[in-house]
Amino acid sequence: MATETLIWLIPLPPALAFFLIVLFTNKSKALSHTVAVGAAALSWLGSMVVFFRAIGMEHLGEHPFESSIGWLPTGDTWFRIGVLIDPLGAAVLFFVAWTIFMIFLYSVGYQNFGQPKGDHDRMGLPPHGATVTDEHGHKHTVPSVEPMYSRFFAFLGLFAFGMYTLVVSDNLLTMFVGWEIMGLCSYLLIGFWYGKKSARDAAIKAFMTTRIGDVFMLLGISFLYSATGTLSFRAIFTEEVLHVLATTPAFFGLSAAGAIALLLFIGTVGKSAQWPLHVWLPDAMEGPTPVSAMIHAATMVSAGVYAVIRMFPLLTADFTGHGLTTAMSVVAFIGAFTALFSATIAVAQNDIKRVLAYSTISQLGFMIAALGIGAYVAAAFHLITHAFFKALLFLGSGSVIHGMEHGVLHTGDHSVDPQDMFNMGGLRKRMPITFWTFLIGGFALSGFPVITAGFWSKDEILADAWAHHHYTVFIVLAVAAFLTAFYTMRQITLTFLGEARTKEAEHAHETPWTMTVPLMVLAFFAITYGWVGIPEHFPGLGGIVPNWFHDFVGHTLEHVPAAPEFSWIPLLTSLGVALGGLFFGWLVYRNVNSPAEDKLQIPLLKNKWYFDEAYDFLFVKPAYWFSETFVSAWMDKGVIDSILHAFGKVTGWLGSAIRNYIDTPIINEFIGDGTARVAQWFGGRLQPIQTGRIQQYMLASLGVLIIVGGILFSLLVGG
Amino acid sequence: MIPLSWYLILSAALFSIGLFGVLARRNAIAILLGVELMLNAVNINLVAFWRYLDPTVMTGQVFAIIVFAVAAAEVAVGLALVISVYRNRKTVVADELDMMKW
Repeated sequence: MATETLIWLIPLPPALAFFLIVLFTNKSKALSHTVAVGAAALSWLGSMVVFFRAIGMEHLGEHPFESSIGWLPTGDTWFRIGVLIDPLGAAVLFFVAWTIFMIFLYSVGYQNFGQPKGDHDRMGLPPHGATVTDEHGHKHTVPSVEPMYSRFFAFLGLFAFGMYTLVVSDNLLTMFVGWEIMGLCSYLLIGFWYGKKSARDAAIKAFMTTRIGDVFMLLGISFLYSATGTLSFRAIFTEEVLHVLATTPAFFGLSAAGAIALLLFIGTVGKSAQWPLHVWLPDAMEGPTPVSAMIHAATMVSAGVYAVIRMFPLLTADFTGHGLTTAMSVVAFIGAFTALFSATIAVAQNDIKRVLAYSTISQLGFMIAALGIGAYVAAAFHLITHAFFKALLFLGSGSVIHGMEHGVLHTGDHSVDPQDMFNMGGLRKRMPITFWTFLIGGFALSGFPVITAGFWSKDEILADAWAHHHYTVFIVLAVAAFLTAFYTMRQITLTFLGEARTKEAEHAHETPWTMTVPLMVLAFFAITYGWVGIPEHFPGLGGIVPNWFHDFVGHTLEHVPAAPEFSWIPLLTSLGVALGGLFFGWLVYRNVNSPAEDKLQIPLLKNKWYFDEAYDFLFVKPAYWFSETFVSAWMDKGVIDSILHAFGKVTGWLGSAIRNYIDTPIINEFIGDGTARVAQWFGGRLQPIQTGRIQQYMLASLGVLIIVGGILFSLLVGG
Repeated sequence: MIPLSWYLILSAALFSIGLFGVLARRNAIAILLGVELMLNAVNINLVAFWRYLDPTVMTGQVFAIIVFAVAAAEVAVGLALVISVYRNRKTVVADELDMMKW
């Protein structure tokens, strides 16, 4: 099959799976997951074929796989939509396909397929467990299957469709469509257990927050379309168009290119949960864990960064190489600030998934900061490695939670929170596969030297920042990287090392193969993917494996960015912060057994810098006040209702006036009753002449005849 | 030849006698007789005018014959009505038959 045709087909299987499950196979759990996982496998297969054909192509940057159709006639021309796989697209497609496929597979185990139906399970609530009796007559409580199992896979399918659409799009419009489909699915999946108020609130919060960004993104798209008349990447990223955009002034001293890039970037701020729109992501952990992995690590939040990487030529259109432009400074500032700020929060969180959520925000901040300082390849590299190891960590944490829930069901003490790390400890013995893969993921996140992928990508960002003299960004990111290693080690120590702190942790159980296999696959990539991007001049290792990633992805741009020059300072910094963070994390937390002993539970960090409270005070409360006091009480009930009531009164008064002064006296009494009375009066007067005697009648008619005849005669003859 | 006015005077006299009979007699049968007299007065008129004005056109005669037929039918119906009234009311005096009063 032609590669272009294949690219068109990649997003379709998950969409078909969605419709099939929703319309036909909803009743059958086995059929539904077969359809969904099968669809994910098909898309994965297509993506792999495309990926390997792409890396086999020479000069893919200049001649990417592309194909488009005229979709909307706009006067003489067509608005074209189509697919495009250039080096960046191919690299992104690779990790998207792998993570999506793995997450689909993992969901089968996570949602307890094959387990009995729960005793009291209801739709919209997580399964509570089922009681089974074994052959010896002992009763056991075991995990029960998710009541809305099929629906979950349907949503995942639609989500995957959105992500694939976004990746293969050759224009901003279909990309935005995929983006919004993911926004919808994230809403549906975060609120999957809609029986819980917290899940409902989180879903609405996520939707509303990302909506703010999306509105600006749509503005940016409109601006771009009105300025250039096209939304296709290949048509915009030509030197002439970029030059025109860079020289057109827009507002606030920005060029049109910078303004558009910033507007689009606000969309990313919402989607990738950057400060100040980061608040939705931690709450979104209410959803089932595969969802967290899919939406909040591997695909949707990555899509935000992917959008900025795509728009990189626009962002840097008026960048001359000396001093960042305003737009780039904004991007760099937000990225760096987010990276540091959410890393500090992650240190003080006790929920295993929340730590990862803040870590995700922080790592996305790294990428955004890298793009802000112009480190294109480094950002793309970190995006991909991060997607692998963060998906791994999320799935690993899901596995841990699953194991802990097993323990909770065993002891029957439901007051124990299976997500609180202080209830864990010693899980390395109970869940070895989860432990080792989580360790790999955690070390990759921390940037453990040489072996892990995270080291290479993070090191490249730091090296780039150093080489281009962005020392502020460098220092901020280095501190954030230290904190990253620190909280990651804290998490690993509290969860897996030491001894079990609760009975539940003692009875935790390794999860089924559908969950552990994805962990192992992702762990493989969390290590090896870094090796494709080893800088050429790295001491000892550089040059053994060529820096394939830089060569390949760099060619997406017209001017291939030069690899940053090697310097010992960023390398030593990165080594220092990673190892130091890991060491301190272990040192501080090896003997901590309860939140009270944890010295870093500072209220400011524990409460996430009070951003939720501040937003509540600044936006939510005023919005409620506005809607309740102003709109509902004053405007609706006061102004509009009183106008309506006045209308009612006036028409009522008018009606009674018409009745009392027109209808009753004139129509009824004068015309209606009056004619009747007149007729009655006449009738009374004429009544006596009806005697009933025929001869009198005849006499009368004779008289009339004579009179009429006489008159006629006198008129006609006599006159 | 006898002038036309003689016939007309005869006819008018006959009509007046008939009319008087209709208006003044109390017996219903006598009233019917008066009606017949009036009809025949009309017939004399018709025939006289036919003869004196244009004998070639037969309209007058035909009209007279139609009036005979109508009169015969009318008498038949009228007498039947009178008999019916008599059977019900035991009287044929016109003054006593005031069923059509209000």
